[in-house]
Amino acid sequence: MKPILEIKDLHVHFYTYAGVVKAIAGVSFTVYEGETFALVGETGCGKSVTSRAITRLIESPGRIVKGSVIYHTKDGRKIDLLKLPEAELRAIRGKEIAYIFQDPTAALDPLYTSGYQVAEAMVVHRTVRSWKDGIKRAIEILRSVLIPDPEKRVKAYPHELSGGMKQRVVIGTSLSNRPRVLIADEPTTALDVTIQAQILKLIESLKRRHNATVMLITHNMGVVAEIADRVAVMYAGKIVEIGNVFQIFKNPQHPYTKGLLKAVPNPLIKVEKLESIPGTVPNLINPPPGCRFHPRCPFVMDVCRVEEPPMVEVEPGHQVACWLYTKR
Amino acid sequence: MTQQPIIKVQNLKKYFPVKGIFFTKGYVKAVDDVSFEIMRGETFGLVGESGCGKTTVARTILRLIKATSGRVFFEGKDVFKLKGDELLWFRRKAQIMFQDPYSSLNPRMTVFEIIMEPVRFHKIEVGDPEDFVVGLLETVGMNRDHLYRFPHEFSGGQRQRIALARILAMKPEFIVLDEPTSALDVSVHAQILNMLRDLQRERGFTYLFISHDLAVVKYMSHRIAVMYLGKIVEIAPSDKLFEEPLHPYTQALLAALPIPDPEYTRKKPKIEIRGEPPSPINPPPGCRFHPRCPHAMKICKEKEPPLTQVEPGRFVACWLYTGRKG
Ligand SMILES: Nc1ncnc2c1ncn2[C@@H]1O[C@H](COP(=O)(O)OP(=O)(O)OP(=O)(O)O)[C@@H](O)[C@H]1O
Ligand SMILES: Nc1ncnc2c1ncn2[C@@H]1O[C@H](COP(=O)(O)OP(=O)(O)OP(=O)(O)O)[C@@H](O)[C@H]1O
Ligand SMILES: [Mg+2]
Ligand SMILES: [Mg+2]
Repeated sequence: MKPILEIKDLHVHFYTYAGVVKAIAGVSFTVYEGETFALVGETGCGKSVTSRAITRLIESPGRIVKGSVIYHTKDGRKIDLLKLPEAELRAIRGKEIAYIFQDPTAALDPLYTSGYQVAEAMVVHRTVRSWKDGIKRAIEILRSVLIPDPEKRVKAYPHELSGGMKQRVVIGTSLSNRPRVLIADEPTTALDVTIQAQILKLIESLKRRHNATVMLITHNMGVVAEIADRVAVMYAGKIVEIGNVFQIFKNPQHPYTKGLLKAVPNPLIKVEKLESIPGTVPNLINPPPGCRFHPRCPFVMDVCRVEEPPMVEVEPGHQVACWLYTKR
Repeated sequence: MTQQPIIKVQNLKKYFPVKGIFFTKGYVKAVDDVSFEIMRGETFGLVGESGCGKTTVARTILRLIKATSGRVFFEGKDVFKLKGDELLWFRRKAQIMFQDPYSSLNPRMTVFEIIMEPVRFHKIEVGDPEDFVVGLLETVGMNRDHLYRFPHEFSGGQRQRIALARILAMKPEFIVLDEPTSALDVSVHAQILNMLRDLQRERGFTYLFISHDLAVVKYMSHRIAVMYLGKIVEIAPSDKLFEEPLHPYTQALLAALPIPDPEYTRKKPKIEIRGEPPSPINPPPGCRFHPRCPHAMKICKEKEPPLTQVEPGRFVACWLYTGRKG
């Protein structure tokens, strides 16, 4: 497995009136070429901020305070995206590393046709010679994301399209430059399950066709089980467990991962009682000391309250940050 | 659960006019001829995709909006004809819990006032109000410390608990739960679902449980009705619906449902459902699902299939089954 993105010790803070929100506190993980890597966790745990920090899309009052993001280029160079001059980064963002954002309505400009928006990224990155070529390519792209009647639909404005159609246009826009890495932030959360299934299948088949790498962000464990190869579980600004999809679902180690899996009903199994995790997600201005999960953890020990647990490997490729698995 | 219906819904319709510049352009047939019964002590699940009419069903049967036609009976009484004291009694006995824990509580009232407001309105005897409210808060896993705080000081899960305490104060018999956990985090939603199930066991509540999440509906419900574009297409006991879904739409929904088990999902056959739900303004003629149905026949394009009992307790509206009476 060849790495394509290595995120190392990332820290992101938001400087608000109420105090400094330590949104991302030392996140490290590696994404390998050609895989589907899922980042899961509940609202506010830092999935979106992590994914945006990869290409420095953090706006004020936020700031990346520490860390590096090593990107392995096609010709084998390693560059730190957090240190790259803005102009060079802009040539990568949207071209080699593209995003699909959560809300398709916000991602599209209501004043421009779907064809214009798909063509725009290609014109900006000069992957087409002219607007005319761009629109021609846009029709092909809309066809490839399974939009019926693409010759007509390139002329449609966002409000004339359904939620599922809009998300297809957004995906088309992201894929227009054949990115090597596609970062999809909750690409189906706003959609119904039958449409969700269509979009996930579409992302998978486009990924296979272009041999792209996908980083999928979601809070839905079912979606993760469906399409991820490897999974990182986040809690309150930290990664608590990383492994392949079978390790995470069949042999979860961190008490939070276990709790999360037991809290989602599997409709194929008779569930007598769902287990819930007591308490709520902590605030990140004054996060709990030690392990950030300790106030909700059924296995909490003294050390958990004072010292942060390091990431340790429990089996090949499967790491967990929890004192239960660390010998001191 | 008993076999006596507490709620009977008959041929319920709710059409919303779509206004043009000069005249009404047509109607959104949000609920179009829906009938079902809910037994006392039962949780009846209502599932379907966004905009299929679930909330509209709930609001019309509770008389929060006026039905276009049809009838609803609550404990044998014709709900749309209730007046005066009987209407007040209905307003107390039938309650609703909404999806959004942020807008459903008055931000300017303390928890105490929020819970006492309807108690005073209905002139319910409670003894010492503070003790009464504390008792309710403890039932929903909160306590005396929360009495004089405001909604913004609470998390989504805690707000849903406050909303539930306010409902419990009315001593209701029937509660509509309209996506009560959709806005909550996974780790918190199980707390609320379990609490609702425990309360039902202790107090014999009847629930109409609305959700677009089939897995959650299955966990909560004894029977499930599947809605598509204003119509109920299938009603079945929970486990039966999952073991052997009859309607092609139910089959498609189940096939599309992400299952949190990577071994299973990598083996399961992928049935794909084409297209998207059509507009409820001019729904297709015949069966509303026919443009997306892999089994569509000639009759499906022409005639609407009636909801028919095909086995004891199993109803389906599909021409594939209407010959097969059980
Ligand atoms: N502009 C901002 N100002 C202050 N805090 C912020 C800002 N943006 C994000 N945060 C904080 O950073 C943390 C991580 O947010 P992020 O959006 O990454 O969460 P997420 O995991 O993507 O959640 P969701 O599932 O809701 O999308 C949150 O606690 C949030 O409060
Ligand atoms: N007050 C209203 N005026 C006009 N149309 C309405 C009104 N309320 C609902 N509708 C329409 O009726 C249909 C059914 O809406 P309803 O809210 O009942 O759906 P739902 O199944 O609850 O959806 P969701 O899962 O998104 O909550 C939709 O097409 C909606 O746009
Ligand atoms: Mg997010
Ligand atoms: Mg609704």
